Formats: sequence, structure tokens, C-alpha cells
Amino acid sequence: MSEVTAETTPKNKRMRFDIKTAGPAIALFLLCIIGFLLNPAFLSEGNLTNLLTRSAFIGIIAVGATFVITAGGIDLSVGSMAAAIAGVMIIIMNAAMETLGPGLATVLLGGGCSILLGLGAGWINGVLTTKGKIEAFIVTLGTMGIYRSLVTYFADGGTLSLDFAIRGTYRPVYYGSVLGLPAPVWVFIAVSICGWLLMNRTAFGRYCTAIGSNESVARYSAIKVDRIKTMTYVIQGLCVSLATIIYVPRLGSASASTGVMWELEAIAAVIIGGTVLKGGYGRIGGTILGALILTTIGNILNFTDLISNYLNGTMQGLIIIIAVWLQRGDWGKAKASKS
Amino acid sequence: MKTLKSLSALALTGALALSAAALSAETIKIGVSYPTPTHAWAAGMNWHAEQAEKRLEALYPDIDLILINSPDPNAQASALEDLVSVHKIDALVVLPFESEPLTDPVLNVKKTGALITVVDRGLSQPGIEDIYVAGNNPELGRVSAVYMKGRLTSGDNIVVLRGIPTIIDNERFDAFMAEMEGTGINILDHKHANWNRDDGFEVMQDFLSRFPDIDAVWAQDDDIAIGVVAALKQAGRDGDGMFVVGGAGMKETIKSIMDGDTLVPVDVLYPPSMIATAMDVTVAAFKSNGPVAGRYILGATLITPENAASFYFPDSPF
Repeated sequence: MSEVTAETTPKNKRMRFDIKTAGPAIALFLLCIIGFLLNPAFLSEGNLTNLLTRSAFIGIIAVGATFVITAGGIDLSVGSMAAAIAGVMIIIMNAAMETLGPGLATVLLGGGCSILLGLGAGWINGVLTTKGKIEAFIVTLGTMGIYRSLVTYFADGGTLSLDFAIRGTYRPVYYGSVLGLPAPVWVFIAVSICGWLLMNRTAFGRYCTAIGSNESVARYSAIKVDRIKTMTYVIQGLCVSLATIIYVPRLGSASASTGVMWELEAIAAVIIGGTVLKGGYGRIGGTILGALILTTIGNILNFTDLISNYLNGTMQGLIIIIAVWLQRGDWGKAKASKS
Repeated sequence: MKTLKSLSALALTGALALSAAALSAETIKIGVSYPTPTHAWAAGMNWHAEQAEKRLEALYPDIDLILINSPDPNAQASALEDLVSVHKIDALVVLPFESEPLTDPVLNVKKTGALITVVDRGLSQPGIEDIYVAGNNPELGRVSAVYMKGRLTSGDNIVVLRGIPTIIDNERFDAFMAEMEGTGINILDHKHANWNRDDGFEVMQDFLSRFPDIDAVWAQDDDIAIGVVAALKQAGRDGDGMFVVGGAGMKETIKSIMDGDTLVPVDVLYPPSMIATAMDVTVAAFKSNGPVAGRYILGATLITPENAASFYFPDSPF
């Protein structure tokens, strides 16, 4: 996690300590201390590996969500989309078993279909929002319901399971390690770097920020607003499909309970990381820290029996609010500047 | 001529009305209302209801079963009104979405004189139902505990993965803990895994990091157990004699018990087929020559390799 923060906090390079940028990092650091005090096993290699691997799903999706939110949009459909893509992938791979066998070809076919489906689903969200002139909230609320019911329908209300023979080939994509780090963490790192470059080093990233802060001005500045906004949803779809590709081999199944609330976790990660919900300011590095914070909270709650099980939601809510408060960071200063 | 025509028309209408009345008196209409299957157990229930409908209608030509599922309590209340106004049902088999909001709608069906069978979740007012059919949640907890006591000795360690925080979960958990009391077996901790594979996987991963010595896992549910087993295999701790007890009667779990799995050696039944039992009993209320009203509490049978075959439905989605 340290390498990720190092790459994604450019302001530190300029030796300017910015509490806004550091807020999420401080929150995560405090959480790690609490975790260690509760049980030293929190910092064991196994637990940290589990934590990073788990963060990969929400983290990858949240990188996509950062673009959508920065450009002033919102995508509520990502959790259902992940479930539907996982379901279709499993159906396709099981069907391809007869012709392609349980080997690498089948897994690649599944992965390829996942990416096509993700791009397509993102494009539909984008076009309905921009060309269809329907609020993103409504479009993605609608597709959220559609994808969720599709996976229920495909699974006949039950669970879709990947054939055991294919699972053997596909398993390392979740459980395997490369150079000591689990494969999903590498995907997470790669997506983070690409996301950071796209947001901070390309015209596309600047356009997203411009559209999010004032769409009309961006339009008059000859920015192709509709195309850029559609692209953010397509990127979101791609991120969802990548997350799904590493999710499916974990348990080899998809059901109506897959990916429930992922959309809210992804949005929470983005906001905890300092991106502004109404658009115009986006931070990929913060989003990654946000995803790590969310996963760590759940992990710490499993590491202690001090708090009643029924209050888990309360603790999660409190920590999220405190993390965002730390990140706002102008305590007192805000008042002074207003007056 | 004109009067003759109108008279015959009148006679015809009367005859038609009479024959329709005669028909409805002959056909016994039974409405079956339950939640839309959105998770595996409910999908199994839906399948068993459809199977029971086919079987009972083939057996009794004068029985008409009308199956309706609803996505939320409000829609279920509307469905009950339709069953009364459109279908004029003689009996209702209902698995309420939630007890409180469905109590009044079921009471209204009762007022039409229909026989009422309530399944699984009860109503919040006593005495409405004529027949009650349910699984046994406390017994599920107790039977699981009895099995685990039999395999463990004092000083051994258990972790518990609970369901969604609800009354059902409390009943199972409290009965389990009561049975475990005084055995000297340590319950290291219990966390909610929400009857879901992903949460089962993550909670178990954390338990494995936190506790170096675990002898058994009570997962309470087959979906959670699948996540638990994946976490055990990932951590390489599936071979050290640890075992997992789930519950419900998922077909894959029962199949692996039949095949002699040692990691998940048994299962405790909470049958999705209970809706079929309720439909059977309700039909029997019209066809039996003895009284059938009363409470039918199904057993939480321990499924072992010896008896697993009788709980195995390979065509069911659950």
C-alpha cells in the first residue's frame, strides 16, 4: 500500500504538506494502529495480503467511479453490473467447456466477454445520460434494477456455479501470487497507475474536471462534453469488468446477493478520498486510500469482540464520517475565510 | 315472439349462471402466496411449490392451486386482495414476507371464510391461521450443537458465523449457545456473515488470521459454509481435522455429504420444501376424513451420509 500512496500523492513531492491530501492517509494510519493494538495478528503478512486482495474489487471499481463523479455524474449500477457480468461469464464459460475444454482458452473467452459486456453496459449508461438527456441518477438506478433482476433470472433465483474443471485453471487469478503479491493486487496497482495517469497527465482528465465544475463553460470551450461524459461511463464499465474477472475465481459463483451495495462502497471510497460528489475535483490516490479504509474497517470489526455485532454499521458509519471530516481538514480556517 | 326470445335469453343466462355456480362449488381454489425468489433458499421453495402444484392437481382434478409470488410486503398484500376478489379462493397458503404488515391482509382473507395456512414466518396476531407449517429454528441450532459436542472435547475451540441480524438468527444462535453451555468447549467469537458466500469467506479469513487454533466452525447456513471452506483451503488449514457444520439442505452440500466429504461431514435441515408440506396439509383439509388443523413443525434433521439420499433433489435450484 505504501508504493501506491507514494505514486499517487504528487503534492507531497512538492514538499507542501496539505492536510486535505493527507487526511485519508492519516485516517488509514490511525485505523492500522487501532487494529494492531487490538490484535498484533492484524499486521501479519497473511492478514495484510487478505486486506489488499479484498480492497482490489471495490478499489478498481472506485477508480472508474472517480472519473464518473469528477465529470459530474454518478453510477449506481456498478454492483448489479458486476453480478450480471459474473453470471453471464459463468454461463459462457460453462457452455464453452464442451468445445474448448476446461483450459486457458475458456478462461480467456470468459475474460474477453466480461470486458465486452462491461464496455457495452458502460456505454449504454453513458449514451442514455448524454444523448438521452436523462439524469445519471435515474439511468443508473434503472440499469441497477435491470442487471440485478437479470442475474436472478439467469440463476433461476438460485446460484450460478462455475464448472469445477474450469475453476482449476481459473483459480490462480484470485489465489495465485506474482513476486509475493496476490494477482488481484497487481491488477489493482495497474488500474490505479493507469487511472492516475489518465486523470492527471492527459487532456481527458482535465476535460473531466472542467465538465464537472461547469458543464456549460466546458461546452463553450469546445470540449466534446457528451463524448467525454460517455467515456467516463465506459471506463467505469471497464473497471467493473476487470473487478469481475478477478472476483469470479474467488468462489466460482454468482447469485442475486453478489455485489450488493458495491455501488455505495465505491462512491464512499471516492468521497472519503477527497473527490467532490458534485464534480469538478477528482483524486485517484485518495480513492485508493478510501477503498483501503473501507476494507480495513470491516477487517478490524472482525478482529474484535468489544463491540456488539449489531453496532457494526454504526462503527462503519462513524469512521467514514470521521475520515471525510479529517480530509475536509480546514477546521476553523473555513470559518475565517468565510467571514 | 319478442317475449319468447327474451324469455329464452333469460333462461339461457340463468342456466349459464347456475352452471358457473355449480362449477365453482365443485372446484376448490387454493391461493398460494410467497415472496419472489431472490436468494437460493427461496428459489428452492419456489421450485418445490411448483412441483407440489403439478402433483396435487394431477391427483385431484377438482383442486385448483394458484401460485403467486410478490417482491415486497406491499405487493403481497395486493396479491392477497386479488386472490379474494378475482379468484374467490376457498383456502390460502401464505408465507408472509414480514409478519407485521401482512397480518391485516391475511385477516381480511380469513373474513371471507377461507381456510388459512401460514408457513414459516408467523403473523403478529395469534389465532388467525387454521394451520401452521414451519421449520424449527431453535432446533437447527440445538441439533448442530449436539453434533459438535459429540465430536469435540473440553478445551476445543469453535468459531460461529451467524446470519443476518434477525429473530431467526437469534433463535438459532441462542439455542446453540444454550446447548453448548457447560461443555468446556470455547466459543472464540461469533460474527454476522449474512447467509452469504462472500461474507462467509471474508469473516472466516479474519477468524483464521486472528485465531491460530480452531477445531470446528458453525456456519449455520450452507451458503456461508461455501465461503468458509474456500477460506480454509486458501489458508491451507482444511487438512488439520477441522470440520464445518452448515444448515438448510442445499443440494450441492447434500451431494458432497453423500460422497463422504470430511470437511463438511453433515448438514442440518431447514427444508425449502416446507411450502409443499403446507400445500399437502391444506389440500388434506378438504380431502381427509380426519381433522388437520393445527401446528406442523418440521424436524431439523441431521443429514448424514446414511440418510442424505432422501433429502437430495438434483433438479431443484437449491
